[in-house]
Amino acid sequence: MSGVEGYMYPNEITLYWSVLIVLYPYITGLVAGAFILASLVRIFNVKAVAPTYRLALLTALAFLIVAPLPLMFHLGHPERSPEMYFTPHATSAMAMFGYVYMWYLMAVLVFEIWLDYRRDIVHLSQSTTGLKRLLYRVMTLGSDNVSPHALAIDHKVGWIVTLVGIPSAFILHGYVGFIFGSLKSNPWWNSPLMPVVFIFSAMVSGIAAVLLIYMFTAKMRKMPIDMPCVDTTAMYLFYIFILDFSLEMLDLIHRVYEADESFRTLNFMVHTKLYFSQIVLQICIGTLVPLLLLAIVQVTNLPAIIRKRIYVISGCLVQVAVFSMRWNVVIGGQLFSKSFLGYTTYKMALVTKEGLLMAIFLTLLPLAILWVLLKLLPPWPDKELAYIEAAAAPTT
Amino acid sequence: MNVDRRHFLIMLPAAAIAWKYVLAGTPEESPNYKMSDHWWSMLIDIPKCIGCGNCVRACALENDVPEGHFRTWVERYHVTDWDMVNPEVISPDGGKEGFPAAQVDDNGKYFFVPKLCNHCADSPCTQVCPVGATFISPDGVVLIDQTYCLGCAYCVQACPYGCRYIHPEKKVADKCTLCYHRITKGLTTACCEACPTGARQLADLKDPNDPIHAFLRTHNVQVLKPQMATGAKVFYNELDGSVR
Repeated sequence: MSGVEGYMYPNEITLYWSVLIVLYPYITGLVAGAFILASLVRIFNVKAVAPTYRLALLTALAFLIVAPLPLMFHLGHPERSPEMYFTPHATSAMAMFGYVYMWYLMAVLVFEIWLDYRRDIVHLSQSTTGLKRLLYRVMTLGSDNVSPHALAIDHKVGWIVTLVGIPSAFILHGYVGFIFGSLKSNPWWNSPLMPVVFIFSAMVSGIAAVLLIYMFTAKMRKMPIDMPCVDTTAMYLFYIFILDFSLEMLDLIHRVYEADESFRTLNFMVHTKLYFSQIVLQICIGTLVPLLLLAIVQVTNLPAIIRKRIYVISGCLVQVAVFSMRWNVVIGGQLFSKSFLGYTTYKMALVTKEGLLMAIFLTLLPLAILWVLLKLLPPWPDKELAYIEAAAAPTT
Repeated sequence: MNVDRRHFLIMLPAAAIAWKYVLAGTPEESPNYKMSDHWWSMLIDIPKCIGCGNCVRACALENDVPEGHFRTWVERYHVTDWDMVNPEVISPDGGKEGFPAAQVDDNGKYFFVPKLCNHCADSPCTQVCPVGATFISPDGVVLIDQTYCLGCAYCVQACPYGCRYIHPEKKVADKCTLCYHRITKGLTTACCEACPTGARQLADLKDPNDPIHAFLRTHNVQVLKPQMATGAKVFYNELDGSVR
């Protein structure tokens, strides 16, 4: 049979979890990571990364809105998906998704963004006209009290929401890892480290994504990049990346040393079918190169222009690494037979419901949503707005 | 129609056979079937299996199994004494049309292993279903409510035995039902009925008169992948250690 080496159980030849299921943990990871970066400002009081705070929240929201779409497109019967809310199966890890998602979307992210933007929304609802005014008036939810006392309450409640949000972000992404890690049928997935590795790689990808988006939007708006901000963000990225890589290597070394009944099969798979995506892309290009680059920045005193370039390159490579990691987990876990006697091949379709074009569309969609959110709720710090207004004043 | 006595007598035996099959196709109703009185399982007697593929064909016909997917299949193992843990296994088209001739000049051993859903008492597939569309019935059969299944394929991933697939047209999970529509009417499964050697036997563990009890007491019987602790209920007589 084409694409099959050795022996696969006959029902295993087709892969049922496609590139969309690769995309799903990648996108939720970006959400969790971006939120953790925002919490650095709010909870851990890291003032240096404050310019990314609102941007990180909006990035998390844009990706979270898209997060369930790959799952929906993957389902054989998406119209039945509400059953997960109405009749969830208590023993299923996957049944938790609906609740975790809704909790995170509504109780954490939307609530926190609303609290943080309330003053701006009230202001905008009074200063704009027409349809925009109506939209902002709806977004105030009837609460237009922006007295110092009211804002102090907003701040306090926002702090609590962020505090609750940190474990929620861990649960959102840790549970995605649990879906894979808890399956005893599949030795490639079955590991208690899986949720932890997923969380750390999520933080890495989310922080890197916000760093890239911050630098890109600053360039687009012709604003100076706040170097202490990007330096601090990159420092956090570097240290969390070290933790993430250490955990992944711990998992790998453990598997190699333990060498259980599945080892021979998995080892062969890593050296053949996953060689490019795991060894070359994930470990060498996506992890070691950015780690080395970020380490150089930490120990040397490079000029700002070089540091910026290093951050852009590292940020992009980190995305390659984390996407490859998701790919290697999801697709890799289906390439070998549970009989440990053979391998199949994943043939990605192009224009089908679960094909490449759909995957590209779902990757770009959050960026489009983010663009709309940035227009609707500008996240730029007040001093920047003042700078823009001052720069615009002489010409008008 | 003009039938003379000669033709009538020729057609009579054919008609009798046809009538017998009509009767066989309409089994007695079992209004008194009580699920709590049964705990279904299956016995596979490996030395008796000849790899004819009758069971695979009967199953496909009975259950309208889509092409390229299998509710049951037969594997042929070739185990050599110098590499006993890495057998050579084949199952061309699930063993539906039998197997190519084996090479008999080497020192290995050949045997057939029919596979099907193990109807596990602690099944990982039912555990992971997000909406409970797959469940174990009170009589011990793992079933799927295909009008409720989302088609997420989590159960396919969770089955350690590769017994599940997504039906290409219905877009829902599908697998062996142990011919539930037959066994609840007092019939045996299509695969057991089609097996020419009696290598497959439907068994009711709650029936004290079922010969399975004597068989389990007196034979070397195991389940597949016991380390998975799934409570598998398909029992294999003389199961070789190399079988996965």
